[in-house]
Amino acid sequence: MKRVVVTGLGCVTPIGNTVEEFRESLYAGRTGIAPFDLSSMPGALSPDPSVRFKTSGKVKNFNPTQNPDQRLSSGFMLTSELGAQFGIIAARQAVAHSSVLQHHDPTNIAIITGCSCGGRAADEDANRNLYTRNARVPPTAIIRTMASSGTSNITIETGITGPTLNVATACASGTHAIGLAFQMVRAGMAPAAITGGYEAALTYGFLRAWDSMRIVSPTSCRPFSADRDGMTLGEGAAMFTIEPLDAALARGAHIYAEIVGFGMSADAHHITQPRAAGAALAMRRALEDAAQSGIDSPASRVGYINAHGTGTPTNDPVEAAAIHQALGEFAPHIPVGATKSFTGHSIGAAGAIEALATVLALDAASLPYTTGVSEVDPALNLDVIIGESRPLAPGKDLALSNSLAFGGLNAVLAFRRYIS
Amino acid sequence: MDDIESRIVELVAKSKNLPVSDVRMDTTFDELQIDSLDKINLSFAVEEMFSIEIPDESLNSLKTVGDVVRGVASLRAAAAPPDASAS
Repeated sequence: MKRVVVTGLGCVTPIGNTVEEFRESLYAGRTGIAPFDLSSMPGALSPDPSVRFKTSGKVKNFNPTQNPDQRLSSGFMLTSELGAQFGIIAARQAVAHSSVLQHHDPTNIAIITGCSCGGRAADEDANRNLYTRNARVPPTAIIRTMASSGTSNITIETGITGPTLNVATACASGTHAIGLAFQMVRAGMAPAAITGGYEAALTYGFLRAWDSMRIVSPTSCRPFSADRDGMTLGEGAAMFTIEPLDAALARGAHIYAEIVGFGMSADAHHITQPRAAGAALAMRRALEDAAQSGIDSPASRVGYINAHGTGTPTNDPVEAAAIHQALGEFAPHIPVGATKSFTGHSIGAAGAIEALATVLALDAASLPYTTGVSEVDPALNLDVIIGESRPLAPGKDLALSNSLAFGGLNAVLAFRRYIS
Repeated sequence: MDDIESRIVELVAKSKNLPVSDVRMDTTFDELQIDSLDKINLSFAVEEMFSIEIPDESLNSLKTVGDVVRGVASLRAAAAPPDASAS
């Protein structure tokens, strides 16, 4: 089994469209959650004053027909919706950043992505016109709505022809994708992989449906806060280049972090209500996987948990209980952060964006704080990082990144700080 | 005809992110790198723009921008009501 490391990063997020911008915002505590205009959303018929929430984590300054570093050809523009475009640009950054194509055979590199909602904007526009005025449906509605359109376009962008697939497991899609790519590279099935997640589902119909769920914050997502009042929806993409440690060392690549474990589980309980036992099982499996890789007492070495942390009254206590079940005596003392306080919940991209925050935290040995929270809910008995970033504690070189999807599909990645 | 030509030239140019000056009546789809998907998509847009329906057999024979312009003019003429002044 090969050791697997992260050597390339890319992102398009509500807090930055490059990794440098993302990192800067993350450590400055600068959230990307802001008020939105519902009437400008794809699919919108008219402003609707009945929507209970007014903020979202929307990507800013993304213009692939104007911005040189986001430029996409007319072919990509024709066949991709916004989320897929985020994915292509993030993958372009991760590939360029790592120079992976100069060092590994592109015929065998894997591309494993997570996207759950697909191109809802194309779907909603077409359906609105179809059902309100019996309009014809454009042929591109087929292609643009595919959840895998970004995945396919990344192969076209890069020329990579290895094993390629898209995972759709709702809010855990990005984490499942990275975990599967990790397993493939570790097993020698692919010499490297481009992996991550992308999503842009901030459409009129999607927001209205979430409104009906009554779990979206009327203010802003504040995970683990004593006064939390719900989640905030977001969008974006994050992509990684991962490859074997020996290959990265041989070519002198910068190693951001090592991936040492991956755990998956299902709650087998309820389509919306999470169960702590399921999430705890995925966390334990990620740690057991790390132990199989030769890491002694991994639970004792966890120095950071990037939580799923949606900020809903229900999810946060269940995730806290899962952390206690999985990590026992260590749980109250492990620093916990929640990136969704910066980005909102970007569904299929969320796990990848949070993995990016985790990798950057390990690389810098500095743990970003959960922004917008002034008082942590004491009932959770967690050491949630607020107010300012915190150094990674000595001897605590592992980090977990949790994704707990609707439908009880859980995925947890275990990373290790890499010291050359 | 001139109006049809200018609207179609603009549509084709926009779809391929090209200046209008790059699209002439005798420009071929091959020269513009218009593939089968582009062609289907353009046909849809042209049908919507001029309220016509391009038959499948005609679609396959279109090779240049001029072919589209002439085809649209022909379909519109066929669909137009008889000119009262001609009777």
